[in-house]
Amino acid sequence: MAESLHAWPFFGSGVLLFVLGLHALVTRPHLLIKVLAFNVMGSGTFMVLLSAAARGSGEPDPVPQALVITGIVVAVSATAVALALMLRLYPILGGAGLPPGPPED
Amino acid sequence: MNPRPLSLLSGGLSALLALLLVSALWDTPVHEGVSASVAGAMGHTGVAHPVTAVLLDFRAYDTLLEMAVVLLAVLATWSLGRCDTLPARPVQGPVMRGGLRHLIPLAVLTGGYLIWAGGAGSGGAFQGGAVLAASGVMWVLAWPRRPDLPAPLGLRVGVTLGVAVFLAIGVAGLPLGPGFMGYPPGWSYGLILTVETAAACSIALSLVLLFLGGRPWRDAEDG
Repeated sequence: MAESLHAWPFFGSGVLLFVLGLHALVTRPHLLIKVLAFNVMGSGTFMVLLSAAARGSGEPDPVPQALVITGIVVAVSATAVALALMLRLYPILGGAGLPPGPPED
Repeated sequence: MNPRPLSLLSGGLSALLALLLVSALWDTPVHEGVSASVAGAMGHTGVAHPVTAVLLDFRAYDTLLEMAVVLLAVLATWSLGRCDTLPARPVQGPVMRGGLRHLIPLAVLTGGYLIWAGGAGSGGAFQGGAVLAASGVMWVLAWPRRPDLPAPLGLRVGVTLGVAVFLAIGVAGLPLGPGFMGYPPGWSYGLILTVETAAACSIALSLVLLFLGGRPWRDAEDG
């Protein structure tokens, strides 16, 4: 383990970002915060994957780097669709927050 | 459940998950990954940068599907309805517009350089496209009420260009020998640069259209 300790600050921060995002995703009713929380979780995942790529000796592994840039582009696209959906919900809900309690119908 | 106990419960479970993830990462053995395989295959591709080689050559299929995801996101946004005028309160004064007249050409130059630089170093279609898209978003913010976007057909051709060029070159590999998504030997660099340029243009346009958040034309203009 000793040779790979340089990756641990990034592993730790990535895990922290992931759980902070998860906590906000579960507890905050506002949809914009949920979308942002999902992005924070994704950033944490990318951070862990990139630091894992740099764990071995020598140059960082290029395949996880390529996977992460693919992931970033997909995350940006998904965020855009989520925000567009949120904008359409805004007039229906009278705001961008989910109403408390289960849906009544 | 009340917000406070829910928040405490979620916080506790999140902390537990963090501990589990850290212990899982701690137990993951260190290994070299596939760096050696990529380094060994670099002689078969025309680009010098391993990340670009992985994206556009060794795992080109991934990149094609990624561009299809961007295209799907644009189509999904368009299907939700027409975009609003952005922003609700446009920026006043001449500073932003005057500044953009100088910044946008510079951004186009930087984006173009990043696309070209991807062949040998850090850069590539996505980085270049993102820089171009940023200048496009600034342009939309500075002149929000001027519908200067191309006609619907032009926009559709623009957003599909990257996927279309990539797929055409990929399918052309079938009769020519190297197989689906393969490049004929010696043609690799030129074809990768062509794909990257088309992809960057499509990505830049797609990101600006995603920023608009809806169809930028009226229903009457195009059914």
